[in-house]
Amino acid sequence: MKQTTLTYKLVMALTGLFLCFFLVIHLLGNLQLLLPESGAREQFNWYSHLLSGNILIKIISYVLYLSLIGHAIYALVINRKNTKANGEKYVYDKRSQVSSWNSRNMGILGTIILIFLIIHFKDYWYVYKFGHLPLDAKGNKDLYSIVISSFQQGWYIIIYELSFIALGFHLLHGFFSASRTLGLYHPKYSSLVRVFGWIYSLAITLGFMLIPIYIYFNLNVL
Amino acid sequence: MKLYLKVWRQEHRDSKGGMISYEVDGISEHMSFLEMLDLLNERLIQKGERVIEFDHDCREGICGACGMMINGRAHGPLTGTTTCQLHMRSFNDGETVYIEPFRATAFPVLRDLKIDRSAFDHIIQSGGYISASTGQAPESNSIPIAHEVTEAAFDAAACIGCGACVATCKNSSAALFTSAKISHLVLLPQGKLESADRVVSMVNQMDTEGFGHCSNTEACEVECPQEISVLHIGRMNYEYNKALALRK
Repeated sequence: MKQTTLTYKLVMALTGLFLCFFLVIHLLGNLQLLLPESGAREQFNWYSHLLSGNILIKIISYVLYLSLIGHAIYALVINRKNTKANGEKYVYDKRSQVSSWNSRNMGILGTIILIFLIIHFKDYWYVYKFGHLPLDAKGNKDLYSIVISSFQQGWYIIIYELSFIALGFHLLHGFFSASRTLGLYHPKYSSLVRVFGWIYSLAITLGFMLIPIYIYFNLNVL
Repeated sequence: MKLYLKVWRQEHRDSKGGMISYEVDGISEHMSFLEMLDLLNERLIQKGERVIEFDHDCREGICGACGMMINGRAHGPLTGTTTCQLHMRSFNDGETVYIEPFRATAFPVLRDLKIDRSAFDHIIQSGGYISASTGQAPESNSIPIAHEVTEAAFDAAACIGCGACVATCKNSSAALFTSAKISHLVLLPQGKLESADRVVSMVNQMDTEGFGHCSNTEACEVECPQEISVLHIGRMNYEYNKALALRK
């Protein structure tokens, strides 16, 4: 089958929705950081160890890396084709009056998220996988301390919060847009998905935004 | 009223164009936008200059021939309107108005505000029909169709092919145009039979013409003079995905 504009968007939709699903799991896991410090340290470290050791999780994590890379590369390819399709620019352009800002700037929002991910992977994923971490009482790598100590810095929290806001706007358009690319055209379910997309995006964004702020104000004593 | 116009002038397809300023006074607010351009053109003729060329035909909003970017918006500041149905009462005395052709690589400018929309014809030629033998019109009640279905098909068929959807799209995508035709035909029993082949060849043709991807910004629905629903794009995607999965 030939690659067309629609198959490209299908790849964007499917990888995007998988990443949406991953965000739910990631947020649920991270909510353990909100538990009181005594129990949270060992539970969170145990959870991190569980994820890194499980073969099923390993397979899913490779799908995750592929989705991330695929989503970004396809976005670039699509963007190139769109620029070519546009040709000469308008001298006076007010087309932005008839569509939402985030729907037009998914690329910018995506780039912010990508830069955030590089920082995020470097500080936790890389350190956990390749760095030498102290062990906690149960012998698991003490990722908990790394997380708590990194969220003692105000600038670090600001980077996270701004990235989550970008993520929220990206999800708000992306989730609903994916449903249309997959072919949802029924007016009733189309508006239901839009409402669900709002709830989903808000829950994910606010959930992730809460964690660094909570840690900064409540867990400053190590 | 008096307007300060900045109009895109371009000699021919391959020449370089630019914005030229004109002052037009004596405009009545009851004039349509095209009549205002007629007024300017008459004065240009009297001065011995070349007129500003633009497409137009019915001037009652049903043919889809006219279309231009007016103050950065397809068909001007109103929603759901063709350029000929835009009247000068929508502008203020002394206002500066920018007029440009619809832009997309697939819609090359022929001269001034006139563009070549043959790309749309090619998309229709690639599958926007049913291959039933012509001849005498069949008895209308021999194929029962529910009233809602005919209305829904007609809503899609109402597209006049003006190209505003492409012009307002940040990706110059022809998704709304193409999907309206696909939706129109797949809703009806005569069109349903060939739906898989149709959607694949029309989407392929849409790509060949050089239109971009649909980002679902939904700007097209707002500017469409016939208010064709973006849900048709969802329907096109559904039919396309179905064809991907089931077509042999």
